Amino acid sequence: MITVDKISKKYGKKTVLSDVSFTIPKGKIIGLAGENGSGKSTLLKIIAGLLHPTGGRVQLDGRRANRGSAEHIAYLPDLDLFYPYFTGEELFRYYDTQFVDFHYDKACIVAQFLNIPLDVKLKNMSKGSRGRVKMAATLGRDASYYLMDEPFSGFDPLVRENLIKGLIQFTDSETQTIFLSTHEIREVEPLLDSIIVLQKGKIVGQEEIENIREIYNQDTITWLKNLLKEGDKVGQ
Amino acid sequence: MSVDFLKDKPIYQQLVDRICGDIIRGSLKSGDRLPSVREYAVEAGVNANTMQRVYKELEQLDITETKRGQGTFVTENRERLAELREEMKLGLVESFIHNMESLGFTQREMIEVLQAKERGE
Repeated sequence: MITVDKISKKYGKKTVLSDVSFTIPKGKIIGLAGENGSGKSTLLKIIAGLLHPTGGRVQLDGRRANRGSAEHIAYLPDLDLFYPYFTGEELFRYYDTQFVDFHYDKACIVAQFLNIPLDVKLKNMSKGSRGRVKMAATLGRDASYYLMDEPFSGFDPLVRENLIKGLIQFTDSETQTIFLSTHEIREVEPLLDSIIVLQKGKIVGQEEIENIREIYNQDTITWLKNLLKEGDKVGQ
Repeated sequence: MSVDFLKDKPIYQQLVDRICGDIIRGSLKSGDRLPSVREYAVEAGVNANTMQRVYKELEQLDITETKRGQGTFVTENRERLAELREEMKLGLVESFIHNMESLGFTQREMIEVLQAKERGE
């Protein structure tokens, strides 16, 4: 379980996150939604132990998250130019030296499922292929937690579908927890158990997907739009 | 092939309906083995927890049976499947009537249209 407790983050005078608290139970896939600049990437980096919060704390299974947490967390960064001079195979070999939980064979199986060549340098691949190699490398790790920053953004619908299926195929819903930020709510909705919404650094909504449909009679995108509209009114 | 879901109904419910539809249509038959939860989840592009809920629901409705170590099968209780067909039929007709009545059409008008259709008009 991930427990985020009153996290705040400031860069100088600018507040990026304020008083963010929530928990992510084991075995769930949780989406993090919000407009650009709402603090999603910062929050993911803090949970991954890559950034220090200004206040508050993050706990993983009751232990405080820090740089050492990277051992239990497979983090997928929102970077297009990801090890550009490596081929897919070299990237996997490198991951193998960096993470004890990385399985070269599993990464290759994921790569095959996602239909990507492993002998091409990443800089020479299409953006869609680079995104898929990045996903294969991340899923090659048998981590308890996967934190993914915009794993589906900027790809065409077929690549997106392929990535979503890969994620379902190669993670275990009983033991592994996935927290991912996304803009593609409409397409990603069936993948999620629940969703957390950030607006201007604060949590403005948190709900289970099936509850949104059952209780509010809306799909998640409609619910989300209304929520953000409300938030804008309050902010004015 | 991912499934397109309607907006205002829980995803698990739509998947239950989809599998019931496959059974009534005959593309899934009594005694057939269903794909594993994970296989179906990947095919439909949905969360495995959601798919688990779908299978649990189908079993509670006595539409499927889980055999330990072998998987999930469409029930061999044909009476239950005949009942399912009836339930589905009534459900669809009721929602048709509801939609028509909400627009002010009477049941008499509906019957007349159906009879005309039956005569091939």
